[in-house]
Amino acid sequence: MLSIYKREMRSYFTGVIGYVFLVLFLALGGGIFCLTTLFAMSAEVSNFFTYMLIFSAVILPLLTMKSFSDERKAKTEQLLLTAPVSITGMVLGKFLAALTMFAGALFVNSLYFLILYRYAEVKTAHLIGNFVALLLVGMTFIAIGVFVSSLTENQLTAAVGTMAIILLFLGIGIINSLLPASFWLRYVFDCVSIFTRFQTFVNGYFDLSSLLYYLSVTVVFVYLTIRVYDRRRYN
Amino acid sequence: MVKVENLVKRYGQNYALNDVSFEIGEGEIVGLLGPNGAGKSTTMNILTGYLSSTSGKAYIDGIDILEHPIEAKSIIGFLPEQPPLYQDMTVEEYLNFVYELKGCTFDREAHLNEIINVVKIADVRKRLIKNLSKGYKQRVGIAQALVGDPKLIVFDEPTVGLDPKQILEIRNLIRTLSKNHTVILSTHILAEVQAVCERVIIINHGKIIADEKTSELTRAIEEGYQYEVKICGPQRDVVSALEKIRGVKSVTATGERDSDAYGYVVESDKGIDVRKPVFNLCASKSWAILGMAPVGTDLETIFIRLVDRSNGQVPERKAQRRSAH
Repeated sequence: MLSIYKREMRSYFTGVIGYVFLVLFLALGGGIFCLTTLFAMSAEVSNFFTYMLIFSAVILPLLTMKSFSDERKAKTEQLLLTAPVSITGMVLGKFLAALTMFAGALFVNSLYFLILYRYAEVKTAHLIGNFVALLLVGMTFIAIGVFVSSLTENQLTAAVGTMAIILLFLGIGIINSLLPASFWLRYVFDCVSIFTRFQTFVNGYFDLSSLLYYLSVTVVFVYLTIRVYDRRRYN
Repeated sequence: MVKVENLVKRYGQNYALNDVSFEIGEGEIVGLLGPNGAGKSTTMNILTGYLSSTSGKAYIDGIDILEHPIEAKSIIGFLPEQPPLYQDMTVEEYLNFVYELKGCTFDREAHLNEIINVVKIADVRKRLIKNLSKGYKQRVGIAQALVGDPKLIVFDEPTVGLDPKQILEIRNLIRTLSKNHTVILSTHILAEVQAVCERVIIINHGKIIADEKTSELTRAIEEGYQYEVKICGPQRDVVSALEKIRGVKSVTATGERDSDAYGYVVESDKGIDVRKPVFNLCASKSWAILGMAPVGTDLETIFIRLVDRSNGQVPERKAQRRSAH
């Protein structure tokens, strides 16, 4: 697993994808930070994270689009699948590499808030809560992205497919607001909407059920990826 | 070392492998021979754990590849049909990655250096794989299979796409490797099996149609000796003269013409070599011999016969022969 993780991290930086991701993420982060706090003269942190969530939905598929689709296209997966490594180890190696990239970028982004401490009173707990929430959402997105990339040989298909699924998960929240308040479906949608769950963090609650939700969605998609590979052997 | 029992691989209604069984002992070097699409790659992919069989079992050194894949895979080195190379890595980085991937515990530097020297890629070790020529890429693929010093090495069509010089080099390399390893290689080139392998398993349409020592296979099929001879001389006289030679069973004119020479197939009784008498005869009559070559004893012909036999067809005569009588 470690060897695959290391190779994956390396490949982000020998190619352009790692740099493109970092530049986009950090530049957008900087811009949004300026707009939501400095220019708005506000020490409120959750606006920043809400915007970053939306942008992550579009940028994160960049990190995962190559994960498996490229291996499949270049036939290098045959090396991984005939090496004494478990499929779980292989999937986790790739998943963790993408997660490291995201966590690193998000951490650097969050350093912007140090500036804020000079000028205003920042609610540190709220900041950490938001940070953890976005990290969890990103982890979910990455799991989805890794899964979709295991289904196709084409990077572009993987990226677009990932975006579609992520936006669906996000969009459920919007559909929800159009439904009548007492409609039973609304309750279901509330449970599966990534965005609705994120809102609880934004509002300052550390909701254990949401934490569990993000973790479960991640585990489900990582497991599905493992199954894809397990099943492919039988085809 | 390798034991395969009743292997079946089905894709929908099509059988890629249909009840294939064989055993390979330690230190053997075995060629898997068959036309394209015969099931060679499928067999190798199942042996190396890349694919699962529909039914049947495959054991590597007594370990079931399906039940204990990690243990089994750790003693196999595999070069797939297309070498699994990461284009964005240098040769050295790539081999280091494979070393870690396989979880080796040798002295890394010494082990990798040895492999690099064996497959002769020392001069490109710092170069990006994507910039290498096809021959070098193939060798890096072989190097990758050797990392971890696996007991069993599986090569899927190792010489495809290489130039004749490279083919010879790779064959020599495989022969060297077979001294310390069990080697299975697949190919659709008969000469390759003849040159490299001690034993040959011939597969067609997912079934084994022959499993014999390479030398025995050649001998077993020989039923009487046949030579194709090209002689300059009047056809009728030549035929009747040849037929009088002791040991000659039959003479047929092939109808082929090479300048003023005609082609004949001379068949002799088993164990009698008629080449010298034929030469002496022609010399005494001053008929020039433009060529003399054995017919039907090369693997090529044997293979075609075996394939036809397994298809249930009557063996087709290689050349149309016309009786001179």
